[in-house]
Amino acid sequence: MLNKRSKFIFSMLCFGFAFLYIPIALVMIYSFNDSKLVTIWGGWTLKWYVELFNNENILNAALLSFRIAAITATFATIFGTMAGLILARLKQFRGRMLFTGMIASPLVMPEVITGLSLLLLFVSLQDLIGWPSQRGMNTITIAHITFSMAYVAVIIQSRLTEINESLEEAAMDLGAKPARVIWDITLPIIFPAMISGWLLSFTLSLDDLVISSFVSGPGSTTLPMLIFSKVRLGVAPDINALATIMIVIVTIGVCIAAAIINKKNKN
Amino acid sequence: MSGLLINLDNSFRERLWKNLVIAIPYLWLLLFFLTPFLIVLKISLADPIIAQPPYTPFFQETVDGSFSIYATFDNFLYLFQDSLYFVTYLSSVKLAFISTFFALIIGYPIAYGIARSPQPTRNILLLMIVIPFWISFLLRVYAWMGILKTKGLLNGFLLWIGIIDQPLELLYTDTAVYIGMIYSYLPFMILPLYANLEKLDIRLLEAASDLGAKRWQVFKDVTLPLSLPGIIAGCLLVFIPSIGEYVIPALLGGADTLMIGRVLFDEFFLNRDWPVASAVAIVLVLLLVLPIVYFQKRQSQENMQNSSQAVT
Repeated sequence: MLNKRSKFIFSMLCFGFAFLYIPIALVMIYSFNDSKLVTIWGGWTLKWYVELFNNENILNAALLSFRIAAITATFATIFGTMAGLILARLKQFRGRMLFTGMIASPLVMPEVITGLSLLLLFVSLQDLIGWPSQRGMNTITIAHITFSMAYVAVIIQSRLTEINESLEEAAMDLGAKPARVIWDITLPIIFPAMISGWLLSFTLSLDDLVISSFVSGPGSTTLPMLIFSKVRLGVAPDINALATIMIVIVTIGVCIAAAIINKKNKN
Repeated sequence: MSGLLINLDNSFRERLWKNLVIAIPYLWLLLFFLTPFLIVLKISLADPIIAQPPYTPFFQETVDGSFSIYATFDNFLYLFQDSLYFVTYLSSVKLAFISTFFALIIGYPIAYGIARSPQPTRNILLLMIVIPFWISFLLRVYAWMGILKTKGLLNGFLLWIGIIDQPLELLYTDTAVYIGMIYSYLPFMILPLYANLEKLDIRLLEAASDLGAKRWQVFKDVTLPLSLPGIIAGCLLVFIPSIGEYVIPALLGGADTLMIGRVLFDEFFLNRDWPVASAVAIVLVLLLVLPIVYFQKRQSQENMQNSSQAVT
């Protein structure tokens, strides 16, 4: 039997999850809606999906976004892992304070400011040295690496502070050189964290609208930019279909990742 | 002798490696994070001109060939003279504050409920909080447009069950922005709260009720004070990004929804006034410095505590 408090908590849980999931569920249901009036139900259809896959603009934007996200995730994981190692294992070096600040700030900096400042940098650089001659995929990727690596660094750092240094110290005592220790001991331990970092960077890059809008140039429209320019005018059924596909992919991905982690913890 | 040399060589290579590992992310952040920020500061001190780029240079060549620095505070004075900006900053803080408050009110019982659930359920509930976090922010905000429209799903539902007989104006109002903000940032509130409440020692609560405290007293005097670090972390994680938010007011807000992120965006893209946009950005950073520094101090304290716990 539920007492009064449990009832309250239980109803809050129900309310909370309904609040989180009903909007998502409605978008998914209405992506199958056979009616031009977007919010009026007119029977089931798959025509928006067909339309979506015939829309070259959307496909091109999706391809560009996936390419940027893959490159971003890879470099952000490399740089972020380096940064995380430094933060967790090197207690003293010149300029550590500045480094810590530069890692932590992108996490809390409003996107409009990050976007604005990077655009102004690219404009100034172009003025000074002629590079980048054109803004587009390159500048978007650089911008995404910069904020994503900060997230990876935090993930790696917190993983490294959790695990004991004794393994690394033991290897060191047995005569292994620091580079060897990092390669053979530390990296295998933090490998799962690096995978999470890669996935997080990929998602952050794929989702980013504001920063991309600042640093992109003519002819380089990412998927979020395309979606935004479309939904600004109102609800669009093909965007519902696109959203449904993305939601399904993400949900399956997260569930698989959770299942793997769960299995590992049990072992 | 030769052994010593090899050793020296090795340690030189080790040092090289170490310096390389430090240098790559360091230089990247110096170039692509710190420098851009200094450029914003520089441009906020320039005058707008019609040119490419549209602002006066910081270093100006004088007649005799030497350089002089040109800087002006006009843009900042302009921000203070034009009441639009002042009102917008205030309104951003208000919107962020109220959204944070409601996210806390809704998020706390949810986090508490999850933390008190038995194990297999708990992991599933937690996963269900994390999934929306991975789904595109833009699409989650967009999902509300169809619900809040005048001829949308919520109005349709309310008319159908007969609570209202006129559709409500919801989309393109501040109400819609509040709903969007609370919805988008709720997982940021729940996760730190959960992390804190999960660690709460249940024996303390039992002790309090054994000593005769009523349920409400146990909550007020034990649970709530102990979960304060989680509350602060959650509130800052919601409040800080809310202030500069652009997407939510742009999609759900009306023309009269004043938020500084949106004003900055428009100032830059529509008015093409780069110096004023830069000044708006600098003031926004100043506004955020206090909560950010406070948050980072807490985080590093918590890290220290965790690592000292890991040692013991």
